[in-house]
Amino acid sequence: MRLLIALLLVLGLAGLAFLAGRARGTRMALAASGAVAGVPGRLGIIHSRPVHHGAYVAMLALAPALLVLMLWTAMGDRWVEGQVIASLPQAQQPASPADRAALMNEVRALVSGDLPQAFNPLAADLAPVYSAADTNGDLLAGALAVALLCAGGLWGFSRLRPDFRARNRVERHVRTILMLTSVVAILTTFGIVLSLIFESIRFFRLVSPVEFLTGLQWSPQTALRADQVGASGAFGAVPLFWGTIFIGAIIAMAVAIPLGLMSAIYLTQYADPRLRRWLKPVLELLAGVPTVVYGFFAALTVAPLVRSLAVALGMTDASSDSALAAGLVMGIMIVPFVSSMADDALTAVPSAMRDGSLAMGATLSETVKKVMVPAALPGIIGGVLLAVSRAIGETMIVVMAAGLAANLTANPFNSVTTVTTQIVALLTGDQEFDSAKTLSAFALGLVLFVMTLILNIYALAVVKKYREAYE
Amino acid sequence: MSTVLTAMADDAAAPAITERGPTDWASPEMQARIARRYRGERNFRRLGLLALVIAASFLAFLLFTIVRDGWSGFQRSEARLDVTFDAAVLGVDPAAVRAPGGAALLARADYPGLLLKAAEQLGPAEDTLSDAAWLELRDALLADPALLGTSATLWVPVRSSIDLLAKGKYDLTAPADSRGVSDEEVADWRRLAREGRLRTGFNTAFLLGADSTEPELAGIGGAALGSLFTLLITIAIAFPLGVLSAVWLEEFAPRGRLADIIELSINNLAAVPSIIFGLLGLAFFLNIAGLPRSSPLVGGITLALMIMPVIVIAARVAIKAVPPSIRDAALGIGASPIQVVFHHVLPLALPGIMTGTIIGVARALGETAPLLLIGMRAFVTDVPQGVAAPATVLPMQVFLWSDDVQRGFVEKTSAAILVLLVILVLMNSLAIYLRNRFERRW
Repeated sequence: MRLLIALLLVLGLAGLAFLAGRARGTRMALAASGAVAGVPGRLGIIHSRPVHHGAYVAMLALAPALLVLMLWTAMGDRWVEGQVIASLPQAQQPASPADRAALMNEVRALVSGDLPQAFNPLAADLAPVYSAADTNGDLLAGALAVALLCAGGLWGFSRLRPDFRARNRVERHVRTILMLTSVVAILTTFGIVLSLIFESIRFFRLVSPVEFLTGLQWSPQTALRADQVGASGAFGAVPLFWGTIFIGAIIAMAVAIPLGLMSAIYLTQYADPRLRRWLKPVLELLAGVPTVVYGFFAALTVAPLVRSLAVALGMTDASSDSALAAGLVMGIMIVPFVSSMADDALTAVPSAMRDGSLAMGATLSETVKKVMVPAALPGIIGGVLLAVSRAIGETMIVVMAAGLAANLTANPFNSVTTVTTQIVALLTGDQEFDSAKTLSAFALGLVLFVMTLILNIYALAVVKKYREAYE
Repeated sequence: MSTVLTAMADDAAAPAITERGPTDWASPEMQARIARRYRGERNFRRLGLLALVIAASFLAFLLFTIVRDGWSGFQRSEARLDVTFDAAVLGVDPAAVRAPGGAALLARADYPGLLLKAAEQLGPAEDTLSDAAWLELRDALLADPALLGTSATLWVPVRSSIDLLAKGKYDLTAPADSRGVSDEEVADWRRLAREGRLRTGFNTAFLLGADSTEPELAGIGGAALGSLFTLLITIAIAFPLGVLSAVWLEEFAPRGRLADIIELSINNLAAVPSIIFGLLGLAFFLNIAGLPRSSPLVGGITLALMIMPVIVIAARVAIKAVPPSIRDAALGIGASPIQVVFHHVLPLALPGIMTGTIIGVARALGETAPLLLIGMRAFVTDVPQGVAAPATVLPMQVFLWSDDVQRGFVEKTSAAILVLLVILVLMNSLAIYLRNRFERRW
C-alpha cells in the first residue's frame, strides 16, 4: 500500500517535470520567434518541439526513481528480514534457514493481523521490530526515489537550450523501450521452457525417464505411510499418451476432418455468396465458444446418450465418461478451425486450375475431387496437423467428460484419460511441491509442449511451403 | 527436337483421336454416363450441405439444451410470509434501537429465531424456506426500522427442491425413489401452492450475488467481478506490450537474428496449449515470485502472456496494411520515424488492432484451464475485494457448478453459461462490426 502511494507520488512528480520541461520549451520557442511571452503566435525555430523537452525532463526524472522502487520491491523484504534477525542476540537467532523462514512467516502474519496471537514468544517480540524496519525501509526507499527524481529532473531541466537535441535523445530511448517489449515474447518462451525443464529434471531424479516414457502403469498416488495399499506410485505415462491420441487425434479428427473439409468445400464452391457472407462470421462466433461450455455439454448431455447407445449395443461395462463422448464433442469444437484452414487452402489454389478443369467439361465435384483437393492437399494437411495439436492440448472438455482411469484400450465406449486431464488432477487441490506426484505434472507438461511444438513447426512449414508454391 | 516436330506434323493428317470416331452423345451409354456424373455431382453437393447441417444442428442442439435448462436459472421461487417484527423475539430493546447507534444493534438481532417463529404459519411446510431466508427479514427491517413491533408481508426464498418443483423440473409421474424428490417435499409444495403462497420471479440474487453452497442463493456477481478484475489486468499488460512489440517488429527491427527469434517465439506462443501457461504461472508467478494465489493479479498476468501473441499478430497485419505512401509523406515533411509511427501509422492501424485485441480478450474471458492451475477454483462466497484477493471467474464458476451434485446447480450452470455466451457474442460482434465499419481498403 505504501509502495503504491510512493509509485503514484513518483508518477505525479514526473508529470510535473514533464509540464515544466514543456513550458520551458514553449518559452524558448516563443522567445526565438520574438513574440511576447503569453501571446499565442507562431513558434520560432528551436531544434525540438516543446513536448520533446518535456518528455526528456520527465524521462530523466522517472528512470532512476522507478529503478529504486523496483529494486526495493524485489530486495526490500530480504533487507527487512536481515534487520530483524540482526536485532536478536546471537544465542536466540534461528539456526537453520527453515527455522528462520518459519519465524519470519509468523512475524509477518502477526504484523498483517492474520494471526491474532503468537505461538512463539520470540515472534511476538519481533513483530514491532519488523513493522518498524519495514516502515523505515519503505520511507528510506521512497525518499531516495524522490531525491533521485528531483536531481534527475533538475539536471535534465538545466540542459534545455533552443538547440538542445531533445527529440533525438527521447526517441532513442523510445526505440529501446519498443525493443524491450518485443523481448517479452522471448522471455515468456524461455520462462515456459525453463520452468518445465527444471521441474521435470527434479521429477526424473525420482522416476527414471525410461519408465515414464515406456511404462504401461499409471497410478500417481504416492504413499502417506510406507505400508499403505497401492502406494506404489507407478509413473508409466503410455496410457495417458494413448488416451490423448485416441481422443484428440483419432476420434476428434474422425469427426472434424470430414465435417470441416466438406463444409469448406460447400462454402467455397457451392454456397451463394450471400450465404457465405453470413456463415463465415457465424463460424467465427462458434470458434469463440469457451471450451468449458463444450465440456459441460459433453458431460451432461452427450455422455449419457453415448452410454445408453453402448448399453443398447449390448455392452455391460459401458462407462459414463467414455472416450467417445469427449472425442465427439472435441471434434465438433474443432470443425470451425479445420473448415477455415481448408477454406484458406482451397482459395489459395490458382483459379486457372479450376477454370481449366471446368472448361474441359469436368463437373464441379470432379474438379474439386481430382484437381482442387490434390492441389490444396499440403495446405489441408498442415491445417489438420494444427487442429490435432490444438485437440491434444485441449483441457476442459476432457477434464469434464473424460475419466481419470488410465486404461490402455481401443474401445471408444471405455474410459481413457489424457495428459491434460492428469495435469489438472495432479495440480488442483492440496499439493506438496516436492512429491513425485506433483512434479510428474510438469513432466507431462513438457511432453505436451514438445509434442505440440513439433506439430506446429512442421505444420507451419508445410503450409508456408505450399503457399510459396502458388505465389 | 525438330525431328519430333516433323513427326508430329506428319501425323497431323491422322490424329489418334479420330481413329475412335466422333462421340455419339445421344447413345444410351453416353446418356447413362452423363446421368451418372450429374448424379455424382448432386450427391457431392448434398454431402457438403449435409456436413454443414450436421455441424450446425449439433451446435443448435447445444444452444437449445443450454437455453432449455438455463432460462429458469434466472428465476427464483419465493414464499409469502407474514412477519411480526416482535422486539422480544428479536432480542432487542425497542428504546435502545431508537437511540443513536441503534442500527448496529438492529443488525445483530436474532433474525433466524424470528424466521423460525414466522415459519410456523406455514404449518407442516415450515421447513421449506431457504436457510438464508432470514437475510430478507434483516434487510427489510434495516431498510425501514419503523417496522419494529409491527407486521409486514414479505417474500422469502424457498429451498432449492421446492423451487425446482415450482418450475416443474421433476417428473412427478416417476416412482418416488427415482425422481429425486421426496413425497414429503411434494406435499409441502402442493400445500404452499394451494394456499397461494408461492410466486416465481426474477432472481436478482443470481446476477448480483456471489457463490454459495445453496443453489437458491448462489450467484454469478462475484465471478463476474473477478472476471472484470482479471481482464483489466490482462488488457493493461497485453495491449501495450502487444502493440509496442508489433510496432518494433514491423517498423524498426533490423533484419537479423534477434527479430527472427522474436518472430519464432511469438508464432510458437500463439499455438502453445493454454494449460502450459498455467504451469508457467504456477511454477514462476506463484512459487518463485510469490504472488498471491487464486488472485486476479496472477490470473491476469498469465492470461496476458497467453493472448499477447494474438494481439501482436493482429497488430502486425494492421500495421503492414497501412500503405507506405503515408509513411513517405510524413517523412518527407520532416517527421521522425517515431513521429511517423505514433502520429500516422498507429491511428490508421487502430481499427485492426482493436479487432485483434477484442478477439484476444474474448478468448481470455472464456479461458479456464490455466486458471485452474493457479488456484482460481477457490470457493469464494463474497464479491472479490481487490486484484490481490482470492477470486473466481465466470468460466471457472461454470466449471465449479457443473461439478456440484445438487440438482439445483444444473440450471444455475446453464444460466451462467448463457450470461458468458451473451458477453462473448457481444464482444465478438463488436470486433466484427469494427472490422467491417472502419477497415479501409487503400
